[in-house]
Amino acid sequence: MALMDLYSRRRRRNTIVLALSFGATAAGLGWLTLILGSLVWESFRGFSLDVFTHMTPPPGAAGGGLLNPIVGSLIMTTLGVAVGTPIGILAGTYMAEYGRYAHVTKVVRFINDILLSAPSIVIGLFIYEMVVYPMGHFSGFAGGLALAVLVIPVVVRTTEDMLMLVPKELREASAALGTPRAKIIWNVSYRAARAGIVTGILLAVARISGETAPLLFTALNNQFFSLDLNQPMASLPAVIFQFALSPYQDWQRLAWVGAMIITFAVLALSITARALAGSRKPS
Amino acid sequence: MSIANTESHHPAHLPHMTVTHAANPGARLEEKVSVRGLNFYYGESRALKAINVPLYAGMVTAFIGPSGCGKSTLLRVLNRIYDLYPNQRAEGEVLLDGKNILGAKQDLNLLRARVGMVFQKPTPFPMSIYENIAFGIRLYETLPKSELDDRVENALRRGALWDEVKDKLGANGLSLSGGQQQRLCIARTVAVKPEVILLDEPCSALDPISTAKIEELIDELKSDYTIAIVTHNMQQAARVSTYTAFMYLGEMIEFGPTDRIFTTPSDRRTQDYITGRFG
Repeated sequence: MALMDLYSRRRRRNTIVLALSFGATAAGLGWLTLILGSLVWESFRGFSLDVFTHMTPPPGAAGGGLLNPIVGSLIMTTLGVAVGTPIGILAGTYMAEYGRYAHVTKVVRFINDILLSAPSIVIGLFIYEMVVYPMGHFSGFAGGLALAVLVIPVVVRTTEDMLMLVPKELREASAALGTPRAKIIWNVSYRAARAGIVTGILLAVARISGETAPLLFTALNNQFFSLDLNQPMASLPAVIFQFALSPYQDWQRLAWVGAMIITFAVLALSITARALAGSRKPS
Repeated sequence: MSIANTESHHPAHLPHMTVTHAANPGARLEEKVSVRGLNFYYGESRALKAINVPLYAGMVTAFIGPSGCGKSTLLRVLNRIYDLYPNQRAEGEVLLDGKNILGAKQDLNLLRARVGMVFQKPTPFPMSIYENIAFGIRLYETLPKSELDDRVENALRRGALWDEVKDKLGANGLSLSGGQQQRLCIARTVAVKPEVILLDEPCSALDPISTAKIEELIDELKSDYTIAIVTHNMQQAARVSTYTAFMYLGEMIEFGPTDRIFTTPSDRRTQDYITGRFG
């Protein structure tokens, strides 16, 4: 029976490929579980509410927390998003709405894709040359700018993609009412693509909140609480880097706690982004 | 009365276009829109070839023909919606109340406010039912709230949708059914008080009941507007229109009163298409 042969061969092949797929999935999830598990396990011992209310301690001192790097990270991330998002959205809007068929759009898209995958340490060096060196010192301002440069390509990309997904019929329909172009974009395109664009911004925040390299070259670090953008500023990734490599156990514990805070913040952002993307209405 | 007599400067020869008023021979027909010697290009390819056709004021003109014959393209010239895309261009003349709208100086937004369009796929904006209607009105008029409410209600009544949505004006336009969405789009178009309404296969995505409602609606609207409808459905063309134009491969083959086109077409191709021999 040739047909039965064919059938059993297919069944066998199916079983093998299924087993491989399950294996790969289990391996991937296994590592993730190990990482998250050890993170929670290690940080649990060092975690207390002091983390949110106390400064980073000097070496050897008991207690202390992560207040200054938490605040520093918030400030620089906010600055990065505040500077990078408008530029990204405007550029993405140009590419999808005005310059959709223009040659320059292809060039910009190509360069943007390079920027998107550029190692972040290169961005850090760039800002070091452009801002830190002329200013003569590290600063929270330079850190925020480095993060902004990381935000821009992500937002450009998602904004353009999401606006491209707005059906052309919708634009035609609003143009057919005699709507000026700016109003079509503002009232129709942005509305239809809003969830996607916001998702892009959240993903950009998630991306920069774990960045260490660009901050080491720009904001450096600060043992003390500082809101001054003109001074070096502490950040969670930089403190984790410093404390984790240190020989002091208290510092190492705090590094674990910092890592956990970043991980769960990013996780929360990703879930929010997912929920928003899922709520996008079909049009 | 024939077009050839009144428009002696017509650029193209019009063998089949001897037209009399369908309902009332001898009455004077006013040409709201006159298409003259229109050529249209998608890049290098020519989609319309020397088209001549009138849209008579206060009447429904149906455009029929097999897919790709250029009827939608023709409609898209009449409000210059093609202008959104580079590489699409029109040559010739389209006169709206005697003025050529193909000129470079034509304000496209004002033109489109006068020549409204409803598309094949219902396209409610991602906003509330009320806002869908008010959006277009606000583009050209600043009205106090109560007056705006009246205008919105009026438009929804004209769109034969009011009774179905009056209790949920705040609901998203996308939450309506396909047929309701299309009537919302018609109401939205009517709300800005255009003079001409272009309907590009408005019923092709709808079920028979919704289609019947929209046909009724077209019948009601035609006293106030000049209407052009592109349709693949020949029964629909026969039902709703006073004049019918048959197009084939980018050419205007025949234009005349609907009852004559459907009973005694003068061109062989028209007859073949209507009887279903090709298309």
